[in-house]
Amino acid sequence: MSEAATAAVAVEGRNLVKAFGQGNAAVRALDDVSVTIAKGEFFTLLGPSGCGKTTLLRLIAGFESPTSGAILLDGRDITALPPNRRPVNTVFQSYALFPHLTVAQNVAFGLQMLGKPKAEVAATVDRMLALVKLEAFAARRTSQLSGGQQQRVALARALAPAPQVLLLDEPLSALDLKLRKEMQTELKRLQTETGITFVFVTHDQEEALTMSDRVAVMSAGQILQTGSPRQIYTRPANRFVASFIGETNFLTARISGGAAHLAGGVIALPAGTADTASATLAIRPEHLRLAPPGTPGALPATVAHSVYFGTDSHLHLRLADGAELVARQQTSADGAAGPEPGTEVGVLIAEGAVQVLQE
Amino acid sequence: MAKRSARPFSVTDLPGFATIAIMAFVALYVPILTLVAYSFNGATSVAVWGGFSLQWYVAAWDNTVVQAAAMRSLGIAACASVLATTVATMAALGTTRTAPFRGQTAIYVAINQPLMVPEIVTAVALLIFFAAIKVATGYTGLAYLVMAHTAFCIPFAYLPIRARLEGMDLSLETAAADLYASRWRTFRYVTLPLLAPGIAAGAMLAFVISLDDVVITEFVKSAGQDTLPTYMLGQMRRAITPETNAISTALLALTVLLLTAFFLLTRKRD
Repeated sequence: MSEAATAAVAVEGRNLVKAFGQGNAAVRALDDVSVTIAKGEFFTLLGPSGCGKTTLLRLIAGFESPTSGAILLDGRDITALPPNRRPVNTVFQSYALFPHLTVAQNVAFGLQMLGKPKAEVAATVDRMLALVKLEAFAARRTSQLSGGQQQRVALARALAPAPQVLLLDEPLSALDLKLRKEMQTELKRLQTETGITFVFVTHDQEEALTMSDRVAVMSAGQILQTGSPRQIYTRPANRFVASFIGETNFLTARISGGAAHLAGGVIALPAGTADTASATLAIRPEHLRLAPPGTPGALPATVAHSVYFGTDSHLHLRLADGAELVARQQTSADGAAGPEPGTEVGVLIAEGAVQVLQE
Repeated sequence: MAKRSARPFSVTDLPGFATIAIMAFVALYVPILTLVAYSFNGATSVAVWGGFSLQWYVAAWDNTVVQAAAMRSLGIAACASVLATTVATMAALGTTRTAPFRGQTAIYVAINQPLMVPEIVTAVALLIFFAAIKVATGYTGLAYLVMAHTAFCIPFAYLPIRARLEGMDLSLETAAADLYASRWRTFRYVTLPLLAPGIAAGAMLAFVISLDDVVITEFVKSAGQDTLPTYMLGQMRRAITPETNAISTALLALTVLLLTAFFLLTRKRD
C-alpha cells in the first residue's frame, strides 16, 4: 500500500497506553502504541489473545479511555468523546443485535439515534439490507436468523450510519469454516463498495493475509510490525512475526563475508548483510527443495519423519549439527510418497528466501 | 434389580417418597379446596354441606363494606406496586450498572430489609412512628398504608428486576452507545424494553404481596380503613360464615391469575 503514506489519515493513535489495575499490579494492555490508518484502507490488527488488539479497537470506539496518549479521527482529537459522539461504528464479536427489534429496526437504530428523517432512514435500511442480501428478512426477529445472517445484520447495522471508520472485533470467529471463507470475500466486497475505512481485529493470520491492505502484528501490548500482507510474510521484522505468520524455520548461523555459515555448509545472503557472530535466519518451509545428497550448494540432512496434509507434505529434516528444518513438498501428480525416514538428502534453499532477523 | 442399580441415584427411588409427596400435597391443597368448596355451600354452616349455591358470592358482592374494603385493597396495591416497582427498578440499575463499589453488599442487604426483619416488628414500629406523625399533622388518610405497603413490596419487585438485569448481555448497551444513543436513550430504547418483562413480573409480585398483607395493615390502618384481609380477619373474630369463604376464593382466583402471569413473564425463553 504505497499510497498509504501519502493518502489522508483516517485514524491516528499517538503513544497510547492502557493500564488495567493499580500500582504494581497494573497490567499494560497497550504499551505506548502509535498507529496511523489511512482513509479507505482495510487495516488489520493481528495477534494472539491478550496482545492488546481488542483494547486498541475499544479505545478507537470509545468504550475505554486511554491511560495516556491521544486518538485522532480525521485529524480531530476525539480522546475525550464518548462512544455515541464518535462517527465510528463497531461490529461486535457476539454481534450484540437487539433481540427486541426486527432486522430492519436493528439496522435503523443508529440512523434514528442520529435523528435522520423517516424517509431517509427507510431508504438507507433498504439499501443496507440489499447490500448484505437480507431484503427478505427485514421483518424477522434476529433470533430467527442463522449465525451467518446475524453477522450480516450486524454489518448492515454498523454500516448504515455511514461511519468514517468501521471497527470489526473478530466478527468471523463464531462462524464455521465454510461460512467464514464466504464472509471474508463478502467483507472485502463491502469494504471496496462502500470505501469506508475498516479496522479489523483477528487472531487468524489467514484472515489477515487474505483481506487486508495493511496488517499490524501485535504482541504483549505493542505493535511489532506494520506492513502489507506480502511484506509481513516475506520480510518479517523479528522472530515473533516470523513464527506467528505462517510457519518458519529458524537457524542460528555465523554471518561473515555476505554468507551464513552453518555446521553443514554455507548459504549466500543478500549483498551488504552485516557480519555477526550469531544471527537468526528465518526460512519458510516452501522455499526448501530436496536434492540428491552431495548436490553442490545443498546442506546435507536426514529425513526424520514426514506429515501428509493432502495438497502437500511436511518433511522434518535434521541437519548435521542436529538443527531441525521443515520442508514443504507439494504432492506430486501421481501421488507418490516422499522419501522414507532415515533417507540422506540435500537441502537447497531458494535464492533470497533467507531472512536475517534482528533480535 | 441389576437394571435398577445401573440407573443414577434418584431421590424418587427412596422408599416412602410417594407417601411423603402425597401427604405434602394433601396438607397444601385439601384445606384450600375445602374452603373453595364451602364457598359454594347452600347452607349457613361452614361445616355442613347444604347443596350448591352462589348465594355467598351474591351476599359478598352486595355487601357495601366488602365493596369498600375490596376497592381500598386494590387501590393500595395498585399505588404501592407502582411506587415499589419504580424504586426497585432504580435500585436494581444502581446496583448492577455501576463499577463495583465499597459497601455494595451492605446496600443489597439494606434494600432487602423487609425480607429479614420480622413483620410484626416493622408493624409495631410503624404504628408508633405513624401515630406520632398523625398527631403532629392531623392527616389520617390512606397514604400511610400506601407508604408502608410500598416499603415492604420493594424487595419483591427488586429481586426479579435485578435478576433480569444481571442476565442481560451488556454488549447490547455498548452497541447502543456505539450507534449514537446517549445514556438516557440507551436506557429508553434498549435497557427498558429488555427489562420490561422483569418490571412487569416485579410489579405483579408486589401487587399480590400488598393485596394479602394483614399484619402491617392491621397496625397501620386508621378507623374505617379496613382492607379485604383485615375485614375478613375482623369477620372471623365474630362469626364464621361462608361469605368469608367466597371472598377468600375470589382473592385466591385473582392471586393465582397474577402469579401465573408472573411465571409466564419470568420463565426462560430460548
